[in-house]
Amino acid sequence: MSEMKKIKNLKEFSTSADRFEGANLLCPGCAHSIIVREILNATNDDLILSASTGCLEVCTAVYPYTSWDASWIHIGFENGSTAVAGAEAMYKALKRKGRLKQPDREPKFVSFAGDGASYDIGFQWISGCFERGHNIMHVVLDNEVYANTGGQRSSSTPIGSSTTTAPAGRVSYGEKQNKKDMLAIMAAHGAPYVAQVAPNKWKDMIKKIQHGFAVEGPVFINAMSACTTEWKFLPEDTIAISDLATDSLVFPLYEIIDGTKLNITYRPKNVIPVKDYLGAQGRFKHLFKPENKHVLDEWQKRVDEKWEYLQRREEAGV
Amino acid sequence: MIDNGWDEFEIGAMLRSFDGAVKDIATTLQEDRPYSKNNSFTASVADWRIEKPVFNKDYCIDCQFCWIYCPDISIISRDKKMVGIDYDHCKGCAICVEVCPTNPKSLLMFEEKMDEDEALAGWPEKENKEK
Ligand SMILES: Cc1ncc(C[n+]2csc(CCOP(=O)(O)OP(=O)(O)O)c2C)c(N)n1
Ligand code: SF4
Ligand code: SF4
Ligand code: SF4
Ligand SMILES: [Mg+2]
Repeated sequence: MSEMKKIKNLKEFSTSADRFEGANLLCPGCAHSIIVREILNATNDDLILSASTGCLEVCTAVYPYTSWDASWIHIGFENGSTAVAGAEAMYKALKRKGRLKQPDREPKFVSFAGDGASYDIGFQWISGCFERGHNIMHVVLDNEVYANTGGQRSSSTPIGSSTTTAPAGRVSYGEKQNKKDMLAIMAAHGAPYVAQVAPNKWKDMIKKIQHGFAVEGPVFINAMSACTTEWKFLPEDTIAISDLATDSLVFPLYEIIDGTKLNITYRPKNVIPVKDYLGAQGRFKHLFKPENKHVLDEWQKRVDEKWEYLQRREEAGV
Repeated sequence: MIDNGWDEFEIGAMLRSFDGAVKDIATTLQEDRPYSKNNSFTASVADWRIEKPVFNKDYCIDCQFCWIYCPDISIISRDKKMVGIDYDHCKGCAICVEVCPTNPKSLLMFEEKMDEDEALAGWPEKENKEK
């Protein structure tokens, strides 16, 4: 086993040498890169990475530039997970045959993909990787929309959000379906570790990522990625919006070990109303019209029920 | 290679992040890396900015909030100290200013053309926070 990087506090963490580079073309204030930096900096091991089509991939590999100081592959929208799983399978085979050039180095295999690429279009590929038990980490950069193609709804888009394919207007309050519970689905694969993370809670993030790197088998990480362009807030507010999301429990931070054991990893001291989170973003603006009050009420009710459920699961230890 | 258009290079051509080998990239700081012309590190997005952050080290407590939350690897921290801003890669999002906890802030946004010394000379005083 390679040694885990010691990160006692933020000062120590800030001595990391980033392996993700600037002058990429992500929007100013994009949370995708904050998440990627936190994850890559959580280890000093070699990295074998993939990115499925989406903002992260499109903005970090524009000819003639790369923004990655690591082995990196892109194939298509749907198959970043299998690309990295293939590399991992090859690594294992070479190791077994004693043909690794640097056998003492144990690379980490990470696949980055958007919610569109994970919840929808790449879902069967991810499911296959997890069923086969590859030693990989799949990270969803969850901005709840197909951002790179202009804001179409995905099965991660939450209820009431206005998207280009589910626009709010005179007859509609926007997205009608509720967000798919991917963590539950991936836990049901019996994965050794699945977790939800948020970039504003960097310590919780590092702990989970390091745990994910340490376990044997497929790891699923759902990372909340506040999108200034599609969620419609000012770029400077990315961290403030993320705080509203975790403190309103819209994005509860928790982990599920070995498919069953659930732990809540962040309990806000003051839980804030869901409408404070929704009201800070243009995509939910229309929900504050009197005729849409029932959607606001439903939002709060769903968040409360989910939090109740998570607490009961944690208590029961199942 | 960089001078060739995307449809001009041969199939199987390689573009590398570095010119030559880097022994242990995770422990090699940016200033010690042999970046190639194909690494976006050698490019600039300075012209994206309308406003730029200016750093005033007099008030900085080296908390590193700006370092961790900068999306663009543009806060330069060395030996646990905040040293300055990388103006080639900063896109002017102002996240660093928002997360800076000091009073007055150690980072503030100014018009891109503002002279840095002038910005520092006119730095605001400590604000009395209303209860
Ligand atoms: C098979 C296929 N279908 C559609 C597209 C077009 N496409 C490119 S990126 C993208 C949206 C990606 O959304 P998501 O995965 O959520 O990532 P984000 O851009 O939001 O980070 C789409 C639809 C494609 N490249 N390939
Ligand atoms: S559209 Fe959203 S996810 Fe895509 S680069 Fe911009 S801020 Fe990031
Ligand atoms: S303005 Fe944005 S890109 Fe520039 S240093 Fe601050 S956080 Fe980084
Ligand atoms: S956030 Fe402010 S106080 Fe903290 S290191 Fe950056 S400039 Fe210094
Ligand atoms: Mg998306």
